Amino acid sequence: MNVFDLIGPVMIGPSSSHTAGAVRIGRVLFDLLGGPPCSVLFELHQSFARTGPGHGTPQALMAGLLGMRPDDERIPRSLEMARGLGIDYEFRDVDLKDAHPNSVRISAVSADSSCRTLQGSSIGGGVIRVTSIDDLAVDFSGEFPTLVLLHQDRVGMIAEVTRVLAESRVNIANMRVYRSYRSGLVATLIETDQPASDAAVAALRAISGLERLAVLDVERED
Amino acid sequence: MTAPIDYSSLQDLADAATERGCPIWRVVLDQQTQELELPEETVRARLRHRLDVMRASIARGIADASPSASGLSGGDAAMMDAAMKEGRLLGGSLQAAALRNAMAVNETNARMGRIVAAPTAGAAGILPALLFAVADQEGWSDERLVEGLLTASGIGLVIAKRACLSGAEGGCQAECGSAAAMAAGAVAELAGASPEATVHAAALALKNLLGLVCDPVAGLVEVPCVKRNAMGAVHGLAAADLALAGILSRIPPDEVVDAMMSIGRQMSPDLRETARGGLAATPTGRAFKGKAPEIR
Repeated sequence: MNVFDLIGPVMIGPSSSHTAGAVRIGRVLFDLLGGPPCSVLFELHQSFARTGPGHGTPQALMAGLLGMRPDDERIPRSLEMARGLGIDYEFRDVDLKDAHPNSVRISAVSADSSCRTLQGSSIGGGVIRVTSIDDLAVDFSGEFPTLVLLHQDRVGMIAEVTRVLAESRVNIANMRVYRSYRSGLVATLIETDQPASDAAVAALRAISGLERLAVLDVERED
Repeated sequence: MTAPIDYSSLQDLADAATERGCPIWRVVLDQQTQELELPEETVRARLRHRLDVMRASIARGIADASPSASGLSGGDAAMMDAAMKEGRLLGGSLQAAALRNAMAVNETNARMGRIVAAPTAGAAGILPALLFAVADQEGWSDERLVEGLLTASGIGLVIAKRACLSGAEGGCQAECGSAAAMAAGAVAELAGASPEATVHAAALALKNLLGLVCDPVAGLVEVPCVKRNAMGAVHGLAAADLALAGILSRIPPDEVVDAMMSIGRQMSPDLRETARGGLAATPTGRAFKGKAPEIR
């Protein structure tokens, strides 16, 4: 924790967990889809379902899926904005097994008809934890600058990614690779000491075989 | 040379400042610029931005008397502002401004307006309320208020490390209690308190909020949160005044923080943000529960 965690985040109220954290969860999926969805199903679990509506959790989740950050003053109007964009959406109350009380599973279809599902929890103070992407069980919080790469399973992929980061003087603090034989999809999560520059992110996006790249960086919200 | 600053102790923080002959905010600023690998001016600029958001959240809360989506809050900051201007109050303009500012921030928060969590959204009113109320009286510049935010965050970092800052873990004492401690230390130090007196101001504020439960009606951050922030700001002011008079907490500041955590652990989960106990479980509190907004 640092001074900006204590005096922050700058956010739209009323709740760091039910509002700010919910925006951050939605925003991860926005980045993984590469833009806003055409249709989306939000499955709200326990506290997100029970007290979510009173905390603006539905608006916050949708705001994230529209690419907003937690301090965006349009968050309260996100559902109207989504309807204006012709986005089909539905909220359901569900029981997600063994999930944190503030959890949601979001299944979205993007403009190019690709489907993506993400499950995440808001664990307090706006800090989130993403626990699955598509059928991959993952685990990252976004407390540190984090790169989420979805890519094909091929030789040399990781080496190219780490080379780009090394050349950009970005030090890797933690790195995990998750693989599913079913989909052939690989999720590589990289937590870094320094935030990746825009140039580094562009270089990563140019790597052949990379499907999607999401950049989680709380610092970028300022 | 003392040990590096790791925010494990309020006393160590005060000792480090005393040894260097500087205020606590300077110790925190130097340590944070090093840890974040940012120049001092960048840290100050980002805190100035947060100060601007705090100021705007107060102004918006006073100007907008509309109710929140649930109808449970809204309009109290405007009422306080009117009463203050008409001179109908007993406690003096500083106390009135602190009460008004705190309710303004939390009403803005409840209306889904932009605020700065300090340390949480539910307790976001206390620190800006007191900082701006005292700054108006004393003529403090924004640069000085940034230093107040640094003192406050040093205190908050220790509470986060030794105890906790969330209502779900420690009850309202962890949210409003911590915010009052941060605010008390910040204004005390800005008013000239020594590092020792500064951490005692924090301890005095936290001490008298020990045991405060988190019992939000309908699970919303409105009742009793808006008014608890108002009272918390006045608490911070009183604690700062005690410390400025040279009065110390008989229980050392770090032990007060430890007591807060141990009380939090003994607190029933019904009283830790679950909306199952306390005010939330009163007949009136329960009646409001059915009126929580639906998804539109």
